[in-house]
Amino acid sequence: MGVRRRTGVFYLRVNPILCDGFGHCHELAPELVTMDEWGYPIIKREPTPLSDLAALESARYAVRGCPRQALRIERVSEN
Amino acid sequence: MMLAQELPRLLYGKPGTPLTFGQYQSTFATSYKAASLLDELEASGLTGRGGAAFPTARKARLLREQRSHNKVVVVNAMEGEPVSYKDSTLLSTNPHLVLDGAAILASIIGAKDVIVCVSRDNPNAVGNVQRALDERARAGARGPQFKLETAPWRYVAGEESALVHWLNDNESLPQYRPQRPSILKIRHHAVLLDNVETCANVALIGRFGAAWFRTLGTKVSPGSVLVTVTGAVERPKVLEVVPSMTLRTILNFADADPDPQALLLGGYGGSWLDAAHLDTPYDNESLAQWGATVGAGIIVALGRDGCGVVETQRVVKWMANESARQCGPCAFGLPALSDDLAKVGEGSPNSAQALQQLEHRCGVIDGRGACRHPDGVVRFVRSALRVFAGDFQSHARGAPCGASHSGKYFVAVPRLEKERELVWE
Repeated sequence: MGVRRRTGVFYLRVNPILCDGFGHCHELAPELVTMDEWGYPIIKREPTPLSDLAALESARYAVRGCPRQALRIERVSEN
Repeated sequence: MMLAQELPRLLYGKPGTPLTFGQYQSTFATSYKAASLLDELEASGLTGRGGAAFPTARKARLLREQRSHNKVVVVNAMEGEPVSYKDSTLLSTNPHLVLDGAAILASIIGAKDVIVCVSRDNPNAVGNVQRALDERARAGARGPQFKLETAPWRYVAGEESALVHWLNDNESLPQYRPQRPSILKIRHHAVLLDNVETCANVALIGRFGAAWFRTLGTKVSPGSVLVTVTGAVERPKVLEVVPSMTLRTILNFADADPDPQALLLGGYGGSWLDAAHLDTPYDNESLAQWGATVGAGIIVALGRDGCGVVETQRVVKWMANESARQCGPCAFGLPALSDDLAKVGEGSPNSAQALQQLEHRCGVIDGRGACRHPDGVVRFVRSALRVFAGDFQSHARGAPCGASHSGKYFVAVPRLEKERELVWE
C-alpha cells in the first residue's frame, strides 16, 4: 500500500494542440525538455527510467506548472 | 458475372455516366455466398486505399469488438489531395459499389448508420451520391440507413479525426489522439471510417469472394488500385492498375512523358522518386526501398524541363497554408520550411545557410503535430533533398538551373487563398 514500484520507465507527453509555448516546462524540467526556435517544447523521445527520481520530480513540476495543462506523464511498467 | 482476370473492376462502366441501381445489380450479379464476411475480408488481405494502407479487416475487427450501442460507418470521399481525382471518378462510375461496400462493413461491425462524407466543393460527386442514395431508397434496398454529409474542403479536413470532429462539432480540425489504435466516436457511437475505394473493394470481396479478389495483384498488395496520373501528361487520368505493374507501364498507359526527371508518388505528403527507379513495381513493399509509398494513389510526372527545387517549394508553401494552425511546430515550422526553400530556390546570397537550416528544421518538426500533416511535409522535403541533391547544391551555390526561370510548372497547386490569420483563442 502506498508504495510505487520504481521499475519501468516513463515518458513526458505533450498535447501539441493545447500547448501554446509558454515555456514553463523547459524551465522546470530542463533535462527532459528543450525548446525549438519558436518556443515550443521538444520533449526527449527516449524513455526515462522511473528510478531516476530527480527527473521524475522535475517532470511532475512541469506537469503542474503548465498553464495550459498540456503535459502528462505516461508510465510504462516493465513486463 | 465479372471475369476474374478482367481489369476494370472498380471502374467497370463509363466514367461520367454512373451505373443505376438496376444496372449495378445486373452487372455485379453474383451467386457467391460468403460464410463469414469478416473472415473473407481478412483472407483477401485488403489494405486501406486512403494513404496509410492499414489492413481493413483488422480495423473492422477492432470496431466489431467495441461495445457501443449504435455504431456508424463513415465513408470518406473528401479527397483532400488537390491533384487526386480517383474518388470522384469512382463515384461517377460505380457509386452503388461504394454504397454496397459500406453496407457490408456496417453489417460486419453491426452498424445501423452509414454517413457518406463528400466535399461540398465537388458538386458532381455530391450529385452522384445523392442520386445513388435516392435510387436505393426508391428500389427499397435493404441495409443500413444512409446519410450524405457535405463537409468543406481543406487538405486536413479529410484526415479521419478531423472528419469525425466536423461531424460532431462542425470544425474540420484534427484531434490529439495519444493512444493508438484509437476509436473515434460520433457522440457516443464508435466509428469505422474507410476510404471510398476501400469500400468499393469491400463490396467486390463480399460479392465474389477473397479468392477471386486475390487473382490480381501481389501477395502483400492484392487487388487493383486506382491511381491519378498528372504532371507531364497530355491530360490527367485516373487509371485502375495492378500493383505488380511497373511505374513505366503505368506512365505508358497514361500517355505520360516516357522520360520524366522524377515522379511524385502518394500526393503532397508523399515523396519524390528518382526516374532511375521507373522499373519498380507499384506496390508499397517494392517502393519502400526507395523511401516512397503508394499513398493516396497519385503519380505526378516531373518533366526534364522542370525544376524539382521550385516545385517542392510551391507545394510546401501551399501545405504550410493548409495547416490547421493548431500545433506550434506545424503552424510555425511549415512556413519556415517554405521560406528556407524559397531562399534556396532563388539562389540568394545566404542560400547555403538556408539549406543547412532546412535540413535541421526537418528534424525538429518531425513527429510533433497532433496529426500527420507536418510529418508528411517533412517526408516530402527530405525526399526532395535526396532526389534533387545535385539541384539543391547548385541552387545553394547561387547557380539556379535554367528550368527554374522557364516558368513551367508540373505539379498543380491550387491558388493560395488569403493566408489565414493565426488565431489563438
